[in-house]
Amino acid sequence: MRLRRCGVDAVLVEVESLGEVAAARAALAGLPGLIELVPAARTVLASFEPGSAGLRQVQEVLDRADLSSPPAAGSAEVVLPVVYEGLDIELVAETAGLSVEEAVALHSGAVYTVAFCGFAPGFAYLTGLPEPLCQPRLETPRTRVPAGSVGVAGEFTGIYPRASPGGWRLVARLADDAAALFDATREPAALLSPGDRVRFEVAS
Amino acid sequence: MTRTLTVVATGPLALIEDLGRPGNAHLGVPPSGALDRPSLRLANRLVGNPEDAAGIECVLGGLAVRASASCTIAVTGPSVPVEVADRVVDSHAPIHVRADEVVRLGSPHAGVRNYLAVSGGIVAAPQLGSRSTDVLSGIGPAPLAVGNVLPIGDPVGLPTGEDAVPPPSPRDYLTIPVILGPRDEWFANAGSQLAAAVWSVSPESNRVGLRLLGDPLRRAPEFEGQELTSEGVLTGAVQVPANGRPVIFLADHPTTGGYPVIGVVPAAHLAELAQARPGTRVRLRG
Repeated sequence: MRLRRCGVDAVLVEVESLGEVAAARAALAGLPGLIELVPAARTVLASFEPGSAGLRQVQEVLDRADLSSPPAAGSAEVVLPVVYEGLDIELVAETAGLSVEEAVALHSGAVYTVAFCGFAPGFAYLTGLPEPLCQPRLETPRTRVPAGSVGVAGEFTGIYPRASPGGWRLVARLADDAAALFDATREPAALLSPGDRVRFEVAS
Repeated sequence: MTRTLTVVATGPLALIEDLGRPGNAHLGVPPSGALDRPSLRLANRLVGNPEDAAGIECVLGGLAVRASASCTIAVTGPSVPVEVADRVVDSHAPIHVRADEVVRLGSPHAGVRNYLAVSGGIVAAPQLGSRSTDVLSGIGPAPLAVGNVLPIGDPVGLPTGEDAVPPPSPRDYLTIPVILGPRDEWFANAGSQLAAAVWSVSPESNRVGLRLLGDPLRRAPEFEGQELTSEGVLTGAVQVPANGRPVIFLADHPTTGGYPVIGVVPAAHLAELAQARPGTRVRLRG
């Protein structure tokens, strides 16, 4: 673990794995004066109100935490109904050496955890992707990926909350009756938040 | 009857902004809010509002609004001509406006962004606790358009007029402090490289970031061609893309970035950057 200076009122905590990110995030949550706590792939950014005591407690809190044991997943589980008709489902199955049915069973059978969010409001990077589905991005990104598309890239799976350019291999789309991933007028606005568990369910 | 402001002209860009929605970065949501926060706070104080009331952030002047009822307004930011019903009035002071009068902003003499506050504040549906327009993610009210009717709230306080509030004077040459890190080791002698460079503000700058033109920053040999896993970024972060030309993130910045951040500009200096016109020369002092 390494603490990196990030302006006057923030620190970037650099760790070795997604598990350590989750553990560090849990350890830092609740520090006094905390404004933002932003987990990413190998870092957690913690920013504080000017002059608050929280920043000075970061090192001590992390020293006491056991970063090798991530916190137990929360009890909240979000089930997302999806239709496995993504444009790249055949490519993904072929790359995995599986039939399309087997690839769908693998993707929908896993339980995922929201590691972090970014890229766009409500875009969650989900870990727990079965190894055969861990695949590279498309060689040429699409200029427009429709909202609700479910893709895989590297060790992550994720859903595009709104139409945007994107290079993830698309395996599915949210079913018509699925709740919006992000709605700024809703409380809470984002359906998925770091630490949440997620399952994909084949829509009937 | 609801008191309103009707938009008569917008100039190049006029947005509703308050102090933003910090605390949502973990959901992928930028902090947003007024880029020149001291100016919005002052405008609100001048008309008797809480400092976090919503006002109008107006880029390069040209805004005109008609009041449906008498109200108090104030215009802050850089020095700018203001007229009410064709009378020339002062910026940086409370101005009484009668029903049906039009408030008109000219072009700021220097700088970029003026703020118009109205007694009672502009009423808009909050999204994640803020009425700010976020141009990166499209959260908040749409940019103002001619004909928009903006409801205004009931006044809650008395205008706190001061004898004279001098407008800030944006300069054409800024020296901005930067606290090195978190990724300054990606650059050869980061501090001295920054100290030696003079940048100029690119016309491509916006609320997401101030883009700088000039000599590229050189990576340290061991980091050439390296990629950085995305990580959380702060407002004020000086991110250096592969082309070596820094981008200073402003309020509508993304929550994570994939290029190294050489240093962070302290919050107290962000307002100066928000007022930097294209062509303004900038030194970053590490």
